[in-house]
Order: sequence, then structure tokens, then C-alpha cells
Amino acid sequence: MLELIVISTLNGVLFGMLLFLLSSGLTVIFSMMGVLNFAHASFYMLGAFFGYQLTRWIGFWPALVIAPLLVGAIGMAVERYGLRNTHKHGHVAELLLTFGLAFAIEEIVSMIWGKSPMDYRVPQALDFSAFTIFSTNYPAYKMFMLAVSVLIFIALLIVLKRTRVGLIVQAALTHPSMVAHLGHNVGRVFMLVFGVGCALAGVAGVIAGPALVTQSDMAGLLGPILFVVIVFGGLGSLPGAFIASLVIGLVQTFAVALNGSLASLFGPLDPSFNATVLADIWNVTIAQIAPILPYVLLVLILIFRPMGLMGARET
Amino acid sequence: MRKLIVAATAALTITMLGGTSYAQDTLKIGYIDPLSGGGASIGEGGLKTFQYLADEINAKGGILGHKVEIVPLDNKVNPQESLVQAQKAIDAGIHYITQGNGSSVAAALEDFVTKHNTRNPGKEVLYFNYAAVDPALTNDKCSFWHFRWDAGSDIKMEALTNYMKGVPSIKKVYLINQDYSFGQSVRADARKMLAAKRPDVQIVGDELHPLLKITDFSPYIAKIKASGADSVVTGNWGQDIALLLKAAADAGLKVNWYTYYAGGAGGPTAIKQTGLDHQVFQITEGIPNGGYQPAMDFEKAFRAKVNMSLWYPRAVNEMRMFKAAAEKAKSIDPVKVAQALEGMKFEVLDGGEGFMRKDDHQFFQPIYISSFGTLKSNEPFDEEKTGWGWHPVAKIDTQQTIVPTTCKMKRP
Repeated sequence: MLELIVISTLNGVLFGMLLFLLSSGLTVIFSMMGVLNFAHASFYMLGAFFGYQLTRWIGFWPALVIAPLLVGAIGMAVERYGLRNTHKHGHVAELLLTFGLAFAIEEIVSMIWGKSPMDYRVPQALDFSAFTIFSTNYPAYKMFMLAVSVLIFIALLIVLKRTRVGLIVQAALTHPSMVAHLGHNVGRVFMLVFGVGCALAGVAGVIAGPALVTQSDMAGLLGPILFVVIVFGGLGSLPGAFIASLVIGLVQTFAVALNGSLASLFGPLDPSFNATVLADIWNVTIAQIAPILPYVLLVLILIFRPMGLMGARET
Repeated sequence: MRKLIVAATAALTITMLGGTSYAQDTLKIGYIDPLSGGGASIGEGGLKTFQYLADEINAKGGILGHKVEIVPLDNKVNPQESLVQAQKAIDAGIHYITQGNGSSVAAALEDFVTKHNTRNPGKEVLYFNYAAVDPALTNDKCSFWHFRWDAGSDIKMEALTNYMKGVPSIKKVYLINQDYSFGQSVRADARKMLAAKRPDVQIVGDELHPLLKITDFSPYIAKIKASGADSVVTGNWGQDIALLLKAAADAGLKVNWYTYYAGGAGGPTAIKQTGLDHQVFQITEGIPNGGYQPAMDFEKAFRAKVNMSLWYPRAVNEMRMFKAAAEKAKSIDPVKVAQALEGMKFEVLDGGEGFMRKDDHQFFQPIYISSFGTLKSNEPFDEEKTGWGWHPVAKIDTQQTIVPTTCKMKRP
């Protein structure tokens, strides 16, 4: 039992950190610009595919730097020529733009790289097990993912809260004309913020690509859960997203480890529903519903605390 | 001006005549499978396979002089969409449809074709199933108009347990499957058949997880490890098998994997990445490195032209048997072809004889267990450019794969 608890905790933290890696960019864009970027998971996918291609050509480490820069550049172009024009029509137009973009990116990626999974491997330097606990190995690569997530969290917090750049960015959101009058180019600030957010998604893609499957439907797979993370954590709150990622990672992992069902709760008193429609609900184990638990959390938090765990405003 | 009209009319008549004669000459087969969305990589592979097989038949003069043409119809693995596509095919004068991905789609199509044929005598449509393995399709839902060339999941489990019966090192088995009709039938069959053939084997875990929704299988692997299992049996396919194996290798889980679909798109790449050398077994009706020369020649020619490995030896059996049945019936009329197919014996691609059981239209054939890993010197074919390939481990003869059916078929 202790073994399962320790390992589940570790797995939960690792999965949670991956979620944070993915959702950090989304949170940054939302908190700074108020744009809910539906195409975020697509930028993550672009990062993975760029990472794969560049790893082929020049190796993993240069790819880890160049691929996010490329994704960031694409993001900036999207902001400059797309979002900036739709901004004046309000948030719905922006939302629809990113929504369409998500489909376009997916089609383009499958046109270029096909629909089969890519052979994107963990770099040689990190392909060993970092430590063994209860005879379960933990690959160094997962530790690397964990370290990168934590680094990004700290770096983002410091930049946003402790530097002049962060101040200007935050001010540009609430008082754009004032900031402009002070001599800052608000348009460029937004463009940079969007670029940085997309680049973060790109980093997540390059790093998660070898750990998960690099395939043209990977965006669709992780997209929904990212929204759960940022809504649960509070839209636009970086620490909130960090905590939410951990909570969701742990909840999902521990739920899988549990075998209980409503039937077993009653033990010998179980009123048998075997032949009825109820049997399905009655006998389903917690492990079976683990992957939908985050969405249940999403519904609950929206009912009882609509601003999310640490959000400042109502969603 | 009059000249122009005459010329135009003449040209039009010629095109129309040409069009009609072409349609009469061509035998169209509607290929209803996903060509967009998540299942597209698999659907496209199947389409290429059928097109290759049609070319092969056409190069030898077609079926009774009719040129075979595969008409791709995208169903997005959606039963509703599949029926729309099937109707489209029927409206275009197609009398043969083939489909494989998704037993839910197959059940809808089987029902649709049966109803259509009852209501439209003389315009019958045959449905050739090459990969949907839910046992219900040839049991309580069986239909005269449906023929299945893939082994049903109960047949695969029968073959697999017949192999496991002879492996004494298997003591503790863990079952992990996708939570829908197919996964549930794999799990139920495994429990039933293992209990009958190896009562000493302990089932230490029985997991169902949601279909194609899991990104990280580490928690499941931790559970398998905690259970002390030495073998895992799974019917997972697509990313569910690739990610499962990946998580297992990351955690250093040392068990043997008995799978239905580890060879599907992405599976070999994942196994190679994980380094599970000859620890992942697959159950199929044919393997590239089987050693049977005609099959290996076919594989070589197929790979050279299509640039993928042959996932569906059963598709080869399906198309070749279709041709043989039409020639036996001396007609491409669906009713006559169906009657010719019933009970027909056929030499399969990978050698050995199979037969189409008359009672339920299930094809029985030799089944192979193979393991994935480093290749021996006489094994030329690797998978997905990994340098690893399938190595034959055991062959289960046709007779050892036969399972009873509850089908009560209504014949026209």
C-alpha cells in the first residue's frame, strides 16, 4: 500500500508538472491580454513537430532553443496580422479566430508530416533512469521535465511580479492608453506577450513530444484538459494554474489506483443491481472514471467558486 | 451553327456512351473507413492496401473481366456518418462495401445493409468486414449479407489462450482493456478461457480505462507492478497501446505483453523506443517474417510500391477470395457471390487452408503469435524503420481456433 501511495504521488506530481508546462503559456496570454487562446494546444503541437524535425537535423539541445523561438515567431505573426485586427470586434471574434486557427494548424501539420506518429526519441544524454524506488524506475527525462516546469514557473513569476517589463505588461492590459501615453508601444507589448505565450507552448511541445506521442491529433487530446487547469486554477492566475495542475495530476493518478465502486461501498449489504440498467453505474470503479474526474472538478468549481482557486475575477 | 450543335451532340453522346460502358465494366467496392480525424492514419493505410490489391487483380484481367475500383468514403469512425456514406455508395450503384475500423460502425452497417437488402430485392449489397472483431457481429447480430475475414476477438482469445496453455512460466495475469464493447469482450473471454484452460493461473488485476483519452499510463503501470503480474493481456489499439508500452518501459516494468494490436501504426516505434526486446507478443493472421515464400514475396512487392508494411493480410484473403467466389458463381451478382462464399475453402496468403463458416460467415484461418524485437538473419522485414521486426513464435492451426456461434441466419 505504501508503495502504491509513494509511486502514485510521484506519478501525480510528474503528470501535474507536465500539465503546468502546457498551461503556463495559456495562462500568461489570458492574464496579460484577456485572450482565451483556443489554438494553444496547436502551438504545443507545432513545438513538438518542429522539435522533432530540428532534432533530426541539428540535435535535441539546439532544437530545444530554436523550435520555441519559431513557434513564438508564428504566434507573434498571428497576433500582429490576426488578433490585432479582430481585437476591436471584441473577445468573441478573438475566440473564433483562435478556434479556426486550431483546425488550420492541425490540417497543415498532417499535410506536412502525415498522420502517423513520428519517431521522436528522448535524447541520448537523458536516456537513463534517474533513480529507482520500490523497484520502479524513474527516467531522467521525466526529472528533466519536472525541472523545466519549475524553472518556468519561477522565471515567469519573477518577470511578471518583480521587473519593469512585467509592470508595463500588466498596466497595458488595464490602462492601454495610459501606457501608450507614457511612451510604450502597446501593440508591440501585446505582440510580445502572445509570442512568449506561444513559445512556452512550443517548449512544452519539444519536451513532451518524446514522452508522449508526437502525432497530428496530439493537440486535440490535450486541449480540453488545459482549459480545465486554467479555469480550475483561476483564469489568468499563474500560481493558481500551478496548484491546479498538481491537484489534477494527483487526483487523476490516485483515482486510477483505487478499485472501489458504489457496490463495494456497501460491502455485503450491496443490493444487487446486476441485471438492471443501474448495474453499469453501480459497479463502475473509481479507476474507470479517473480520466473524467478533472472535468467533474471543472463543473464543481464553476458552480461553487466561479473565479477558480486563485482567480481575481469571475470567469 | 448547325455544325456546332451536331458536333456537340455527337461529342456528348460519345461521352455518355463511354461513361455508361465504363460503369458496366467497373466493379466498384465502397471503402468506408476514417480518412480524416484521429483514425485517419489507420484508414489511409487500409485504403492503400485495398487499392494495391485492386491493381493486382486488374493486372490479371480483373474479376470476370470487370475492372475493380476502390471508392474511398470517409466515415470518421462514426456510425451515423457511415450510414450516410453507405447510402451514397448504394446511390452510385455500388454493390460491395468493405469496412474495418470500429465494431460500433460495423454493427450499424450490418444492420443497415440487412434492412436495405430486405427492402430492395434485386439490388442487394454485400458487406465485407476486414477488421471489426466484436463477436456479436457473427453471433446474435449475424447477417447473411455480412462476411468477416478478421478473426473475431473470441477467436483470437481462443488461439492466444491455446498458446498460453503451453507456457508454464505464466502464473499471474493482468488484464487491461479499453472500456467499450470490444475491450469488455476481450476481458470477459480472457477470464472465461483462462479459467478453463489454465485454472492455476491467477488473474491479479482487471482494468478498464476510457477509450483513447489517457495521455499518461504511469498510474496504471504502478498498479500492474504492485499486483506482481508476470504477463499482461490487452486488446488496446492505437495510441492506447503505444502509450501503455511507453509508460511500462519508462518504469522498468518487466512483464510479457500479450496484445492484439501492438503492430498498429505507432506501436512498433513505441516498442523500439522502450527497448522491450521480444517481450511484446501479437496475435495476427499473418506476419511479414513468417518464412512462407509467397507471403514474403508479396510483402516485399507491397512494401516496394506502397511504402508501408502489410497490416492486413486478411484484406489480401478478402479480395482474392472475392475474386475466387465470383468466378465460382460465374457472376458478380451479390446474392450469387454470397452463396459461393458460404462454406468456401481458401488457401490464405500466409499458407494453410481457411474456410468461411456457413453458419455465421466468419472466416477461420491459421493464427500466429509473434514477438517484436531484433531480427534474425533470415528475417528481412522490420517495422516503421526501427530495425526491429516480428519474429514467429507459434502457429495455431485453423482447427484450434474454432469457437461455437449462436447465429441463426436468415437466408433470402
